[in-house]
Amino acid sequence: MSDASTTRKYPPGTHPDMPPPLLESGAIYWVRKNLLSSWTNVGLTLAGLWALWLIIPPFYEWAYADAVFNAADRSECQSLGDGACWAFIQERFKIFIFGFYPEAERWRTILTFALLFVAIGPLLFDNFPYRGKAMLFSLAYPFVAAWLLLGGFGLTPVGTDEFGGMLLNLIVGITGITFSLPIGIVLALGRASNLPAVRIICVTFIEFIRGVPLITLLFLASTMLSYFLPPGTSFDLLMRVLIMVTLFASGYLAEVVRGGLQAIPRGQYEAADSMGLKYWQSMRLIVLPQALKISIPGIVNTFIGLFKDTTLVIIIGLFDMLGMGRSSLADAKWAGLSSEVYISIALFFFLFCFAMSRYSLYLESKLETGHRI
Amino acid sequence: MKRILLGATAALAMGATAASAGTLADVKARGTLICIVNSGFVGFASTDKDGKWQGYDVDYCKATAAAVLGDPSKVKYKPATGKTRFTILNSGEGDVLWRNTTWTFVRDVDVKLAFQGVNYYDGQGFMVNKKLGVKSAKDLDGASVCIQTGTTTELNLADYFRVNKIKYEPVPTENNEESRRNILAGRCDVYTTDASGLAATRATFKDPENWVILPEIISKEPLGPVTRHGDDNWSDIIRWTKNALVAAEELGITSKNVEAMASKPGNNPEINRLLGTEGNLGAMLGLDKRWAVNAIKAVGNFGEIFERNIGTKTPVGLERGLNALWTDGGLQYTPPFR
Amino acid sequence: MASIDTPAPPAHSNRPPAHSGSGERNLLARLWYDKKTRGVLLQILTVALLFAFLAYITSNAIANLELLGKTFSFDFLNEPAHYDINQTLIEYSSKSTHFRAGLVGMLNTLVVAVCGIILATFLGFLLGVLRLSPNWLVSNMVYCYVEFVRNTPVLLQILLVHGLVVHALPKPREAQEWGNIADTIFFTNRGVFSPMPLPQDGFNWVIAAFVIAIVGSIVFARWAKKRQDATGQHLPVFFISLAAIIGLPLIAFLLAGSPLGWDFPALKGFNFRGGFVIRPEFLALWLALSLYTAAFIAEIVRAGILAIDKGQWEASLAVGMSRGRTLNLVIIPQAMRVIVPPLTSQYLNLTKNSSLAIAIGYMDIVATVGGITLMQTGKEMETMIIVIGFYLTVSLSISAVMNWYNKRIKLVER
Repeated sequence: MSDASTTRKYPPGTHPDMPPPLLESGAIYWVRKNLLSSWTNVGLTLAGLWALWLIIPPFYEWAYADAVFNAADRSECQSLGDGACWAFIQERFKIFIFGFYPEAERWRTILTFALLFVAIGPLLFDNFPYRGKAMLFSLAYPFVAAWLLLGGFGLTPVGTDEFGGMLLNLIVGITGITFSLPIGIVLALGRASNLPAVRIICVTFIEFIRGVPLITLLFLASTMLSYFLPPGTSFDLLMRVLIMVTLFASGYLAEVVRGGLQAIPRGQYEAADSMGLKYWQSMRLIVLPQALKISIPGIVNTFIGLFKDTTLVIIIGLFDMLGMGRSSLADAKWAGLSSEVYISIALFFFLFCFAMSRYSLYLESKLETGHRI
Repeated sequence: MKRILLGATAALAMGATAASAGTLADVKARGTLICIVNSGFVGFASTDKDGKWQGYDVDYCKATAAAVLGDPSKVKYKPATGKTRFTILNSGEGDVLWRNTTWTFVRDVDVKLAFQGVNYYDGQGFMVNKKLGVKSAKDLDGASVCIQTGTTTELNLADYFRVNKIKYEPVPTENNEESRRNILAGRCDVYTTDASGLAATRATFKDPENWVILPEIISKEPLGPVTRHGDDNWSDIIRWTKNALVAAEELGITSKNVEAMASKPGNNPEINRLLGTEGNLGAMLGLDKRWAVNAIKAVGNFGEIFERNIGTKTPVGLERGLNALWTDGGLQYTPPFR
Repeated sequence: MASIDTPAPPAHSNRPPAHSGSGERNLLARLWYDKKTRGVLLQILTVALLFAFLAYITSNAIANLELLGKTFSFDFLNEPAHYDINQTLIEYSSKSTHFRAGLVGMLNTLVVAVCGIILATFLGFLLGVLRLSPNWLVSNMVYCYVEFVRNTPVLLQILLVHGLVVHALPKPREAQEWGNIADTIFFTNRGVFSPMPLPQDGFNWVIAAFVIAIVGSIVFARWAKKRQDATGQHLPVFFISLAAIIGLPLIAFLLAGSPLGWDFPALKGFNFRGGFVIRPEFLALWLALSLYTAAFIAEIVRAGILAIDKGQWEASLAVGMSRGRTLNLVIIPQAMRVIVPPLTSQYLNLTKNSSLAIAIGYMDIVATVGGITLMQTGKEMETMIIVIGFYLTVSLSISAVMNWYNKRIKLVER
């Protein structure tokens, strides 16, 4: 073969050692292949460019070129430029983040947030230093966080009604995420149980939660729950919201986990039984590790949904970030800057949720063992 | 996992309250007053850049806290929308509602609320752009009307337009801010709410001079504080705190001179009784002798509260009008402190 | 659980080792360790606990209502509602009852949910296919869109879309200059106004022709499929049916002497009057919910298409089908089995998210019964029962329909 190749004659311009022709490589080739490969494709490209042209220049002008970043009030903003008035966001930034949390105590919220990363680190990454010991801290974290945020035992107490802004979104979101997972797993196992009564109760609960909008459930929690408690008792509104949000998310998680359980081949259950494992043992050692792995994308999606839904607490008068933004709009000095507020908040949520979805992709690829179930 | 759950539940439930028979006892035990206010209404209740509450209704909350607990800062504000306010009060999550709420028969009798007088006499009006050339609400046939849903204004509007055989398109929103956006965008031609709300909203416009409030006031909207049915002692406290502030204006007591006047009994026996230098009205309410002094010192008398938050010198720019003292031809009047 | 630690002979792993206790204790222990009896006992216990809990909260609710002097009754539904609603699919005025107001609210929820589901499905499939397009620009634009929409709260999106609709569309007076199609359809920030057809005598013939055309097309499609199965010959069923469905009523319409009048919208005073109107609140909610849900559906569709074996594409292209035909006839029908279950939950989510309507003033069930009626009457318990019952019914119905569809398209296995 080698003989033939050295002696073979090539037509001019087709020798394999020559650089590829201009139209078959480089930027032009890329454009031709990816943007202009067929007439439909050319049409799509043109349509795409047109859409970008419609959106980007006006938005850039509004959000940056004509925007005002420093001003004392709305009228000053309007006199300085026609674009967005980011000065308002700058002035209100702190209460968007901390809500009504007392200024002198705000370091506690930051510390809580920083510790959160320490706490979830060992859970998320298996090459975390001293992972075993760090896990203990992760288990203790909910108590530490509650202590730091609420005070007492040496710290100035802060009432839950002073929580607000992003802080509140994070508290509701993270608490919901943490506690809904175990409850969701139990519900999913209950739904797959072969005891009819347990199964029916779990199914009813899950379908109820999934059939009713969250705002209705929150409204129930905020106003109606006290009807169902013994006369004269009531407990903290935030606590009720946390419980409702947790139950809500666990209903959805249960369905995600159920999908995972159903994907486990029958043989795995039978193998576990034949090993003489008890129900909980076989679940803990054989079934759940596999089922949870399959369900990870669904679980993370549920978490993202839950985090976004924390904005709905506004309906029952808790001032989360969106609530803070909307109440700020009532300030006579600044009134009428809703687009700025909404876009800033959207950006904040996007950063958090996008990070979560990226992590889910990372996890999926890491856990991919190569064989499909 | 279960143990963690229980632990966290216990930790977070620390703020839990166990209510008992009387609201007064609860408030004293708690050390703070929980006051239900509007979630955002210029001049009446809004937050400033530090998240501090301010406004006309908020000052009454402070006065109540000062009267009951001796400290106007001991208030927790519970913002409520038009939709949630009564349920929050009735379920015991707030002690008193100072949230521009209209006193009506059904609310008083059937929704089981207890209204404790009127701290602002209002009426529902209409605001339109001058360009439209509308002179009277009767010219509004076919217009789109912005309203806040869940309020009495919605019901008044339906009644008024039906009686006058005017067709209209209601454009409901949840709060003042959304209505404001709607009318500025031209989604509706006219905004209707309490006249005070119209003025407050107009104050936030770029061009307030181009907007006119029509002469028709189509309803009586006496706004006042609300408590739960059946707690008479607490209701008395709310009612008489509000009265004390009106009486203070009648008697010329202000936040500046109240300390001096309360230091020793003066010539006017009613002032003496009000400020606790004579008799013991405070004890009858179950409060400190200086309850009224504390309230007046904290926020001033009725006139001071009005001028500071919504008076002509503020952006809201409301005249006293019906809310002048009865001696000046208004409706604000208090039963005697005797 | 002690039996885990005590080594027991494997043959009796489900039984306790024989204890030397009294017979009664032995019986109890045996009952406990018997798998079946234990199951029954556990279930009885669970149910008893549940009922005790329900009885407890019911008694609390009764006591609390009594304490507040409230009664539990649905009588308020027969009283006049006293409020107006701007979008009513059935006749309604402020003199109608709360019951009717609730009905209006329910219909408003249903109409936005159904329209939303249709548009979201269409957009979602379109975006999902475009996402897989070989065109780099389009595929990445769809990617950015999908990621942005999926990662921001829907409430914010509803508020933003509403702001856009109300600010970007012209006011009624301006709509005469720009924002109209041939002076018959007007796009304003008070709504989209289009002529409303007014059927006159003889229009029934047109409807009859329409029905006949639809029935005929179904019969024809079945016959054509049988013929194709038998002979392999393919008929353009879609176009023939389309021609029949449009053509037959048209012929009937002309034969009956054009029995249709039009009510044209016209600017009178403040607003356009007459014609058919879509309110901006509906438009905003419909668009926002559809755009939001479409992003999720796009991902579902993409995953569904990617789940189909590459060989299917290759085989189909090899027999000479175009890319579009391959997608339509080979890939999507197979992908549907993967797509339908998550699609169902997206439909449910859309329906539930429509409850955020109140934020922009669309009068759905939460805004009418759960909002104004609740405020006026103070009947929290009763109104919430109605709202929750309604949503449960709708959700379960959607689930049932989708489950039925899922069963129909399921792969028939031996």
